[in-house]
Amino acid sequence: MAEDRFPVTRISVVAALAGTDAELREAAWEALARAYWRPVYVYLRFRFGASHEDAEDLVQGFFARAHASGYLADFDPTRARFRTYLRLCLDRFVSKERAAASRQKRGGGLTILPLDLAGADRDFARAAADPAADPELAFQKEWVRALFSESVEALRARSTRTGRGTAFALFVAYDLDVPDGTRPTYDSLGRKHGVSVTQVTNHLAAMRREFRREVLERLRTMTGSEAEFRAEARELLGWDPA
Amino acid sequence: MSLLSDRALDHLRDVPDGERYRLHEPVGQGGMGTVYRAHDAELDREVALKVLRGEGDTELAARFREEARIVARLEHPGIVPVHDAGRLPDGRSFYAMTLVRGERLDAHLTGLSTLGERLRLFQRIAEPVAFAHDRGVIHRDLKPANIMVGPFGEVLVMDWGMAKVAGALPEPGMVLGTAGFMAPEQEIGDSGSVDHRADVFALGAILRAMIVGPGSVPRPLAAIMDRAMAQSPDQRYSSVTALAADVGRFLDGEPVEAYPEPVWERLRRLALRHRTPLVLVLAYLVMRLLLLLLAGR
Repeated sequence: MAEDRFPVTRISVVAALAGTDAELREAAWEALARAYWRPVYVYLRFRFGASHEDAEDLVQGFFARAHASGYLADFDPTRARFRTYLRLCLDRFVSKERAAASRQKRGGGLTILPLDLAGADRDFARAAADPAADPELAFQKEWVRALFSESVEALRARSTRTGRGTAFALFVAYDLDVPDGTRPTYDSLGRKHGVSVTQVTNHLAAMRREFRREVLERLRTMTGSEAEFRAEARELLGWDPA
Repeated sequence: MSLLSDRALDHLRDVPDGERYRLHEPVGQGGMGTVYRAHDAELDREVALKVLRGEGDTELAARFREEARIVARLEHPGIVPVHDAGRLPDGRSFYAMTLVRGERLDAHLTGLSTLGERLRLFQRIAEPVAFAHDRGVIHRDLKPANIMVGPFGEVLVMDWGMAKVAGALPEPGMVLGTAGFMAPEQEIGDSGSVDHRADVFALGAILRAMIVGPGSVPRPLAAIMDRAMAQSPDQRYSSVTALAADVGRFLDGEPVEAYPEPVWERLRRLALRHRTPLVLVLAYLVMRLLLLLLAGR
């Protein structure tokens, strides 16, 4: 789990990338790659028309280069959002690679990230099917998906640890697992899980609150300044964090 | 790690702000919904949250929203203020009000021993109703269960779920109200002819419930009740203010409009009203008489 390897709470990944603590810097880099590889993959396929194999190679190459050269640590929070900066770095990286036109030079066959490419391909196919979508929107959407999904996983782990499995199960059943868009009623959920409608309401409220907290904690680590954090929070969740 | 679907992403970003309220136990049942004690996390305070039952009923939902709007317009110390309205995360409509601490009128009456206390309480009940009428709103379901009395004697008229704004379209065939407190024109479902005098009728019934008990009811007071509860709206008090004023006259020992007093009753009332000076004058006359008798010996 991310929270096991990297103490995300209140420590900025962005700041750690430029820090002097080598161990923390390494953990920050892993957290960053985990959050961004999927948006990067979809963006590469969308924006540059990369094939499945090329995109995989470019993802590995981009993160390997970023890791080795440390250029993501040059991010200046006063000039842009971090995810914008990362995307610009990616654009430059691809331009250079295409100019070199040498596949062998990219990752050099290096595999540094475990990639679920089948899932990422589905994301790309879905994004490409939307006529209104563009590469930047697809990049942003996959970034949100990674952020939210990781937050849900952290919430699942903590709920299990603290004996609040029912609350999490209600959260999944009502807020996450609605393939056809038809949500169950609170009454039917309550009967299924042996709790009252009021308890369903309160469990869901508590889970959503904790989910938001998880998202905000991760968001804080992935942003370079308080202003950027607040702007991202407003855009993602529609409100200013306290 | 399993990834969230697009639908889940959109939902999580837009999930309604219902989590602002944490629901606790139900504290009452209104005509259309259940009232819960709730905690408002935003302002860190306790509130009453009225939640609509049967969300699928669009007519009921529309009436519920109308109730919230009507009450929100009535800013009076005797009417519970509405702070917020919206939808809970499950889609049910709600509105948030001040959490009222007190007891229902029928329970409160057991602690009142004198007729005067009860009548003064009745006058306080009439005030918010008269205010609502002045704003063009008719309650249509006044009864002891919808009146709360706070720890300092403050009166709050509750549950405006059946309220009607004057001039609104009639609801043909709908019987709204509670038996025993419902005016005859309400009972036959003729909502078009129901006006503020239906509330005058209900207040008459409440007055009766407040003063009926051991001992006979003074005739002027009985006449006030009869007039308030007349079968024909034209025979009732023309306004709640007129009804409350007549009760006030009774409290002050003055003649009431509803009761044409016989001469002997009028003299008796005047004697009772001016008991102290009358006793003094009589004592003076008796003393003078005794002195004259003694001087004549």
